[in-house]
Amino acid sequence: MAALDPAIEVRVQHKSFAPVGGREEQTVLRDVAFDVAPRSFVVLTGPSGCGKSTLLNIIAGIDTDYDGTIKFGAGKNGTAENPRLSFIFQSPRLLPWRTVEENIKLALPDGDPRQALIPDMIKRVGLQEAATAYPERISLGMQRRAALARGFVQEPDILLMDEPFVSLDDPTAQALRETLIDLCARQPVTVVFVTHDRHEAVMLATRILRMTPGSATIVQDETVALSASDRTDRDKVLAEQRRIFKAA
Amino acid sequence: MAHVLIPSSSTRQAPKSFNLAGGALERVGWAAISLSSLLVLWSIVAYFAASRHLPGPAAVFGVLMQEAASGNLWHHLGITLLRVVAAFVVAMSIGGAIGLLIGSNKLADKFFDTWLILFLNLPALVIIALCYVWMGTTETTAITAVAISKIPNVAVQLREGARSLSKDLAEMARIYGFGPWKTLRHVTLPQLAPFWAAAARSGLALVWKIVLVVEALGGHSTGVGHQIHTAFGSYDVPTILAYALAFIVVIQIVELGILQPIQASINKWRR
Repeated sequence: MAALDPAIEVRVQHKSFAPVGGREEQTVLRDVAFDVAPRSFVVLTGPSGCGKSTLLNIIAGIDTDYDGTIKFGAGKNGTAENPRLSFIFQSPRLLPWRTVEENIKLALPDGDPRQALIPDMIKRVGLQEAATAYPERISLGMQRRAALARGFVQEPDILLMDEPFVSLDDPTAQALRETLIDLCARQPVTVVFVTHDRHEAVMLATRILRMTPGSATIVQDETVALSASDRTDRDKVLAEQRRIFKAA
Repeated sequence: MAHVLIPSSSTRQAPKSFNLAGGALERVGWAAISLSSLLVLWSIVAYFAASRHLPGPAAVFGVLMQEAASGNLWHHLGITLLRVVAAFVVAMSIGGAIGLLIGSNKLADKFFDTWLILFLNLPALVIIALCYVWMGTTETTAITAVAISKIPNVAVQLREGARSLSKDLAEMARIYGFGPWKTLRHVTLPQLAPFWAAAARSGLALVWKIVLVVEALGGHSTGVGHQIHTAFGSYDVPTILAYALAFIVVIQIVELGILQPIQASINKWRR
């Protein structure tokens, strides 16, 4: 089998935060190197403060102050130089003065043919009742659904997600994860997903990269041995979770 | 999937509009009560003073009617209002642009901070005097002098707005390729709206007062300021008060009829 070009090639030699208010300079990442295969779902996990969000911001190009390189493979829609990339943030980051529908539309260029997908996408994330509502008038769970729709309507090659389901109650978060699995099944997309929630990590990932505070690098790289149908089975997910994290 | 359902629009809006109407009615009621007591107080004081330098409401109202009938009132009110609007628009746009620039650029902020403090503390009278010395008595001078007096205030308020712009939303706009124009229109300006509104409301009050001073000092032959200046020459208090009251009413109409509805429509997304 011919090796596929990686969708993302991550090589971060060094990243540190400048000293602030009496705190010394802090190395957050050191010698982080991994390739992400096309259409894989990679979860970066570890407790808060271990540098996983920083790494995601570097991949996204939001943080450019580091030593190393990030390379993208040519995708279906974007090129290696100009990858088509969506980022779903920890807070929904919707424009509160624009409706749900307008928020999704604004993230596409004017007159873009993908705008025709918006109504279907809104239905798929279950927001048809809230399409014309302003974000502050709907629940956090619904705002996160709108952020999902905004990310997926791009038809991205690369989807980066930073703890997108935190501060939700369990059933709401679970429903959102199922929506995410459904969307990923319909659109070929490479995902890098950051979470501190191990159960969430195992349920969603095809591969888990674990970081620990102070290590500043990846300490465990594990393939998740679950089929699509196993992932909705709580017991199987828990068993796999125990297998992967027994060392941790 | 359990969603939180949005209440239907009818159940959500009905109580709100009812409250609004009730609130408006109560406000008008209180305004009527406080205004009529002021008129009564004024009449009593004028009656006991019995001086032609302190006319009662009836005398002032008489002059107002006279000036309105002759067309003088409308002519001068109209010209002053045009000057107010022109100076207001100039001050808001230039002051806003300066505020946005120095609020979002640390270097520009450090450099221009001293200038801003200087202009904030420069008395309007000095600005007016210098403008007329350098530019002569023209319409442009009047508007320039008023705008310069107001620009530093607008800049300071909008600088605060620019400093508080959300980095989260800026990042989002960058990731999703908004580009400069879309970012300005949909991300930046809506965040600045409350600061604009504050600058606009304090600005209107300040601008019309300075316009009157400019009209009086600058040797213009038209405008409410000129009329008041002329009346002052002969200690004609009823005319001074008549023009002042007429203009207060005009400014209140602008405030209630234009600024407040704009603000309400900008804020309709808020919970």
